[in-house]
This record gives sequence, C-alpha cells and structure tokens, in this order.
Amino acid sequence: MPKSEIDRREMLRLAAGTALAAPWLASATSALAAQAPSLDPRLPSGVATEALLEALPGKAPLIKLAYRAPNYESPLSVFKDTITPNDSFFVRYHLSDIPNVNAATWRISIGGEGATTPLDIGFDDLRKNFEPVELVAVCQCSGNRRGLANPHVPGVQWGVGAMGNARWKGARLKDILAKAGLKEETIEIAFDGADGPAVDATPDFVKSLPLWKALDSDTIVAYEMNGEPLPHFNGFPARLIAPGWTATYWMKHLTRIEARTKPLDNFWMKSAYRVPARLFPSTQRFVSQESPANTPITEIMVNSLITSPLSAEAKSGETLTINGIAWDGGFGISSVEISQDGGKSWTSAELGPDLGRYSFRDWQISLGRPPRGKVDILAKASNAIGQSQPMTAIPNPAGYHHNAVARLALTVV
Amino acid sequence: MRVARKFTAVLAFLLAAGSILHGTGSLRADETEIVLKEWSGRDAVINNCGACHSLDYIKMNSPFLDKTGWEGEVTKMIKGYGAPIDDANAKQIAAYLAANYGK
Repeated sequence: MPKSEIDRREMLRLAAGTALAAPWLASATSALAAQAPSLDPRLPSGVATEALLEALPGKAPLIKLAYRAPNYESPLSVFKDTITPNDSFFVRYHLSDIPNVNAATWRISIGGEGATTPLDIGFDDLRKNFEPVELVAVCQCSGNRRGLANPHVPGVQWGVGAMGNARWKGARLKDILAKAGLKEETIEIAFDGADGPAVDATPDFVKSLPLWKALDSDTIVAYEMNGEPLPHFNGFPARLIAPGWTATYWMKHLTRIEARTKPLDNFWMKSAYRVPARLFPSTQRFVSQESPANTPITEIMVNSLITSPLSAEAKSGETLTINGIAWDGGFGISSVEISQDGGKSWTSAELGPDLGRYSFRDWQISLGRPPRGKVDILAKASNAIGQSQPMTAIPNPAGYHHNAVARLALTVV
Repeated sequence: MRVARKFTAVLAFLLAAGSILHGTGSLRADETEIVLKEWSGRDAVINNCGACHSLDYIKMNSPFLDKTGWEGEVTKMIKGYGAPIDDANAKQIAAYLAANYGK
C-alpha cells in the first residue's frame, strides 16, 4: 500500500467524526472534510473507512456506501425539506449493469400468460394516452437503517437516508393493464427493469406485486418526479410507484410488465426481501408469496426522524425547537409525541401540512429554554390505525423495518 | 492531494485491472482506491468478489461477522447470486474475510 494511501485513509477516518479532534488537523483535512460525511456512531466501524460524500453524474453529493452496484444515501440535512429534491434522492441498485436509457426508443412490453391482448408502449404513449395522476409518496428501502441494527446483520449498511419523498406523476398501472386484458386467473403482476447483472448466472432483478396492489388506483408508472423527468439513477424514463410499500417493488427503468397466473419464483421473491411471519404488525398481505415461516415485506412501518437541530449542542437561554418528519405505509400519521424522560411521559408535537397519506409529514415542537446539561429527546409517531414505533428495533435476519423511536442526545451549553 | 490521489488511483488500477475486466459493470475510477489488507487469499477475493461488486461492500460489512457469518455470505453469493466460485476459492475467500474483516 503506498504511503499516501495510508495517510488519506487515516485522515478520512479522523475527519469522519462529527468534529475535528485537533486544530492542526483542520488545514490538513480541509480538502477531505468536505468529502467526509457525518456518520452515526452506531454504524459498523468499517463504514467509516469507505463512506464518502460523492456526486454521481446528475446528482448532488450523497453518502457513498458502495460504488458498484451504486448505493448512495441522502445526508440527514436533506430531510429538512418535506419533498426530497431529485438530485439529493438516494440511489440503490442490486445489479451493476445499468444502461443509459434513450426515452425515444424505450418501450415497456405488457404481456404474460394472464394477458389476453399483449402490447407495448413508448414514452409518448405513456404520457399522452393515459390519464395522468399525481401523488406524493415516500420511497424507502426495506433495509433503511440496517446499519443501526443491534447486533449488526450483513447487507448495505444504511444509516437513516435510504429514503426520499417526492411528488410522482404517471399513468395508473390498472389503466395500462386494462389495455392488456387481464384473465381471471391472474394472481400477480411482475416487473422488470433495464438494469442487469454483471454475470449471466446472477438472477435478474424481477419483482412481483399481488394483483390487488397492482390494481390499486394509487399504483402508477411514473415518468415525472417533482415536476421533472426522473434522474437516470432514480429510474429514468419511468419507474413503478407502489405507494406505502417498501422500495423493493418500485422497479426502475421499467421495461416489462407481466400478468402472471403462477407466483413468481426467483431469488428476489423467494429468498430476498422476506420477514419472519407475524413478527411485524403488517396488515397488507401478499398471500401467493407467503410461506409458514416467512412472508414478503409489504408496507412501510410507522416511523419518524428528528431533522433539526443537526448539531449535538444547543445554547442555554435560547428557545430549543425540534423539527422532524413522520411517515408510514399509507394509513396516515395521526400524532407525533416527544419525551424528555426516556419515554415515561410524552407531549404532542404540532403536525405540519398534510401532503397525502403516503407522504412525509412535518412536525415541530418547542421545548422552551432548557437548563444547561444533557437532554435526551425521543420522538414517536403513531398512525391512523393505532400503530406506533417500538422503543428498540425488532431484530430480523435481513435488518428490515428498522423503526425504533427517533432519538437525539443534546447537550445544552 | 489531487496528485497523490491520481497516483494511487493509477497504481490501484494497475493492481485491479487484470482481475476485474471480465465484469460487464462499469468500473468507476474511485473504486480503484479501495485497498484490502495484505493476506493470503487477497487475490482470490479481488478476482472473484470484485468481478460483480466493488470491494467497499466487504469493508462496510466489518467487523461484525465471525467465520460462520462470512462463510454464509460467500455461500449466499454462490447459491443466491450465482457467483461462479469453486469450492477451493470459496474456502480461501471465507478464510481471508474472517481473518481480516471478521470480529
């Protein structure tokens, strides 16, 4: 290993902390400090040696966890906005062969055993021949916060930023499927995208939805994100939006929609993205893919995040205001409560504007002027069907659904 | 700093190029800066694991897996993801990962 490489790595490790340890480091690391993200101390220590703030083409600097396949999460500061800007939206791929898609020649084929009249459509068809619908929805990786799991489990070691909230515009999937004429025997709709594996033996990333979710009026094929074309790394020219459900179903660079009369049997359905049966309070089922031991992951669990203050220090004599966001699997956030005594007593925060039941919901609370010392703040969201966040995340083999109450340890100085 | 980075990138690329070229995924320039610990089996890791994914996946997932845990990961890559790795290489890779990136 060249010496310069050792130095760079070592400095990066040092710079990855929330503050520089010594003034003399400031000049030596100035170039690197801009690249070193602030990382949660609960992440595996190996993350700090590799994580960098780096911009993919067409994107703002994000926290790079893996180059190939690209896995980049949004820094915490991004979530001060209820709507996540396109260039700051997280990037997550399983497979590394990601072609640049030309919208002029791109087609989606719609067929399968369950379709009576297979067809294919292009970008203009999608925009002009189907009624456009818009909705705001959270796209959250099933494994968001996996890196905070205790004990750690293998996989991409995400912090809190493998999620984003956008206004999606597209065509209803059910309108597209209507043109293909579904047979009564259809039980699942499967989706494939343009991205593929590095070696042929790796199973292509193909996912299916139960028919009922595919026919939901809110399930759309989106060609706009926050009023603009989708960024390449977020699925240009069109991706599936399965609002309320985790991002594993939100197929990017959509190329094929298949009406199936038999359950999709592949690695991505049968082995990956499954949770132990009855472990989580999920209410939405994917019956054709269930086994006695485990089930496919379905809707997002109710969750919250403290987005401000970003600093671990607050000044005494100043009013302390806490801001955050809350979201769930599409039932809608009913309340967010704050505790300063480890969860013994809770006070309601004020909810911000309602952008729809699939969206982030802003919240805010003033804690007055706390005295000098340590303040441990907990935030807990509840949804319209009475679910709320557990005090600690529920362990499971793949580290999915991490939705423990949000926590901020502040020192008032 | 820029010059130093370029220099190490070129060096690392020369080390890695021969082994990663058969992957069809695009090789990003900065990926070549990832350095794995010198230890028996390192080449097998670079040649096999690096064919499909960048090696930061390994470092990111450390140090919390024991030997059984790393063996499980190698098995998952072969059985689940279809990685064409023979038994001898699989054993060598798991041993390397457990010794250098295990708990």
